[in-house]
Amino acid sequence: MIPELGHFSLIIAFAIAILLSVVPLIGAAKNDAAIMAFARPAALAQLLFVGLAYAALTHAFIVHDFSVLYVSRHSNLVQPLLYRISGVWGSHEGSLLLWSLILCLWTTAVAVYSRSLPEVLVARVLAVMGMISVGFLAFMLFTSNPFERLFPAPADGNALNPLLQDPGLAIHPPMLYMGYVGFSVAFAFAIAALLGGKLDATWARWSRPWTTIAWSFLTIGIALGSWWAYNELGWGGWWFWDPVENASFMPWLVGTALIHSLASTEKRGVFKSWTVLLAILAFSMSLLGTFIVRSGVLVSVHAFATDPARGVFILIFLCLVVGGSLALYAWRGEAVSKHGRFDWFSRETALVFNNVILLTAAVAVFVGTLYPLVLDAFSLGKISVGRPYFDSMFALVSVPLLILLGIGPFVRWKGDDPARVAKQLRFIFLIALALGAVIPFVFEGNLPIATALGVAAAIWVALGTFYGLYLRWRSGARMPLSFLGMTLAHLGIACFVLGVTFVMSYSTEKDLRMEPGSSYTVAGYEFVFLGTHQVQGPNYVADEGMLELRKDGELIGELAPQKRRYSGQNNDMTEASIDDGLFRDLYAAMGEPLGGGAWSLRLYYKPMIRWIWLGCIFMGLGGLLAVSDRRYRLRVKMAQTSATITPVANH
Amino acid sequence: MSEPAPNPAKKSAWRAYLPLIIFGLFAVVLIITMVRINTGDLNIRDVPSPFIGRSVPDFKLPLLDGSGVLTQETFKGKITLLNVWASWCYACRQEHEAIKWLASKGVRVLGFNYKDEVKDAQAWLQQLGNPYAQVVSDLDGRVGIEWGVYGAPETFVIDSKGIIRDKRIGPVDEAYIEKTLTPLLEKLHAEMEAPTT
Repeated sequence: MIPELGHFSLIIAFAIAILLSVVPLIGAAKNDAAIMAFARPAALAQLLFVGLAYAALTHAFIVHDFSVLYVSRHSNLVQPLLYRISGVWGSHEGSLLLWSLILCLWTTAVAVYSRSLPEVLVARVLAVMGMISVGFLAFMLFTSNPFERLFPAPADGNALNPLLQDPGLAIHPPMLYMGYVGFSVAFAFAIAALLGGKLDATWARWSRPWTTIAWSFLTIGIALGSWWAYNELGWGGWWFWDPVENASFMPWLVGTALIHSLASTEKRGVFKSWTVLLAILAFSMSLLGTFIVRSGVLVSVHAFATDPARGVFILIFLCLVVGGSLALYAWRGEAVSKHGRFDWFSRETALVFNNVILLTAAVAVFVGTLYPLVLDAFSLGKISVGRPYFDSMFALVSVPLLILLGIGPFVRWKGDDPARVAKQLRFIFLIALALGAVIPFVFEGNLPIATALGVAAAIWVALGTFYGLYLRWRSGARMPLSFLGMTLAHLGIACFVLGVTFVMSYSTEKDLRMEPGSSYTVAGYEFVFLGTHQVQGPNYVADEGMLELRKDGELIGELAPQKRRYSGQNNDMTEASIDDGLFRDLYAAMGEPLGGGAWSLRLYYKPMIRWIWLGCIFMGLGGLLAVSDRRYRLRVKMAQTSATITPVANH
Repeated sequence: MSEPAPNPAKKSAWRAYLPLIIFGLFAVVLIITMVRINTGDLNIRDVPSPFIGRSVPDFKLPLLDGSGVLTQETFKGKITLLNVWASWCYACRQEHEAIKWLASKGVRVLGFNYKDEVKDAQAWLQQLGNPYAQVVSDLDGRVGIEWGVYGAPETFVIDSKGIIRDKRIGPVDEAYIEKTLTPLLEKLHAEMEAPTT
């Protein structure tokens, strides 16, 4: 009964979404406030009904209602509660429902926190978001109904993919979707501006906080995914250039370009039409990612169960949304643009380069990911582009980007004197080069040139960022949160680069046969293998290895890697055990039993790998800090009287 | 008509259509792909290789463990799977269980280590298990070109006369083993045992 109510709620939500996408636009065209006023309550009602549907599916998971096909496929009786709740988004249908729910949350957030905006604009923005919602709800109702019944109901279900039974992965998709879907707000603002033909600096100011919040979530979501892969896959890697990873990375790159371009547009009124185009592109990339993941056009390991009918649906949707908005852009985009003036050496120019480099990176990922598909379409053959392509591509792109990042924030808007900036930065440049040579040598005792460059780049960015902070403090100028947010995010980049450099240069990996009592030393750390014992988990049994970690003979920790067998699954799962530290991770994973108590074991030493995720967290927090700036908060305060405060905008 | 004043909006109007045009071209590619997948014209994992039905190309490659070299002669008289893999290849790990399973059923599987580092490749095998009868290493991928290797993983089915009979692009999975590989291997065994005419 409850699943039917859920299904019915979805149908009602679909009807509301259709009204939401049409009625406010009519109101805007007629400039009739009464009709436009329909948008806000409709957004709330839509959230209510999608929320009900979502609750119904969660309920079915919690009470083990295996008569629901989706529940029976992705949970069983022994699955812990956490993974029954996260099982809702463990596969295609439910994750679409989560996507829709998050879209409704964003829509409602816009409805609630937009009291100070012109009604016409709000009506248009909410209508555009309603259209996107129509697409996703239709997708769910017509091709991927999560409430489909199974008759007769089985006594027990198939477990959720054990790979997904990890706390990191339980929260990774919601975070990622917050980012993906959050870009729909910037998109909706851009479309609304094009529809209204009025594109000015205030438009950029309105869309900026929304974009930054979405970007922050996306950053943290991607980092969580990477952290999960590191913990759960047992290969010690943190990024694999898989099509699905790339699908999340492309919107991130375009989104990063967008938040920088929005800064130019807001501050100086320049690049208006370019910014609008980026806003369209960022969300298009999110949609494209969805298409790649769910249509089966690309071979990927974490692809969802694919179905060509779904592929067709989402392709049509993609063409309508992206094609339609680009057509609108072609029609209105250039007309609304008026260029401001700036010198060749100015903050604006620096941001142009920032955008060019980031988009080059996005294109590189795009080409690498979709090239196979293009060849496929015309039967030109098959290709898979591997890690070597992406790694070398990124080395090329990051060098100019990092150099620029050290300089950009020092350059004044409108125009500046290169000699002045050079004078400010020359010492930092020399210090960065010197430390780049010294630090790797002190830590690891040798000095490959790529490592020195990587460290120098990280120091260059970090010192430059701190110096900028110091100059600001010394000048006695205001220290707005948006400036501090930028500072934190740029420091995050420095952390990230340092982590990546060390991990790529100094990781040690050993695959060994170990007998109980034997030991092996990796990078100065002695791993002593004591043997294995059996462990019973809630829904699995495991062989657990017992290892001691010693440094200079002293016990510094213990590791307990597991080889798990989940009930209802045949494959063994590797659960790595990690002794983590700020400066190094020691990582052990079980391979295969080799008889006589001996096992093949993988031992890793990963220096500074935490800095990769720490950097991402800094970036994400930096974004959130920037959004908490007073000038944005003033408007939020005005809206605070409203009854509903959604978690989305409640920062 | 006198020379009109330069109008920036007019002058650059074509540029505004550029994103739409690029997307249009891209959409055409996507549409063709989807249509072909739906009509069964295209199976993204299964590609007609111009090499199917032909003899394996001549080659000479060192073994990964450095103990010798292997040439096309190795295929004579035995039915063999040649599995192209690399330690950097994400999907190869996924299919490795299936390869191991095949080897455990007595299928002769040769490993073709593609564009890899010897050290990484050896570590990979130690970590995931080595089901291969032998592994050749094609460090620079030059021999891979001769074989028409596009990427990893790929798997060639080669009969006892050294003729390529099928090629799998992407991971070997249950469906491929059931629907294609098992019947093909049975057929090849029957061919091998039948008296040559």
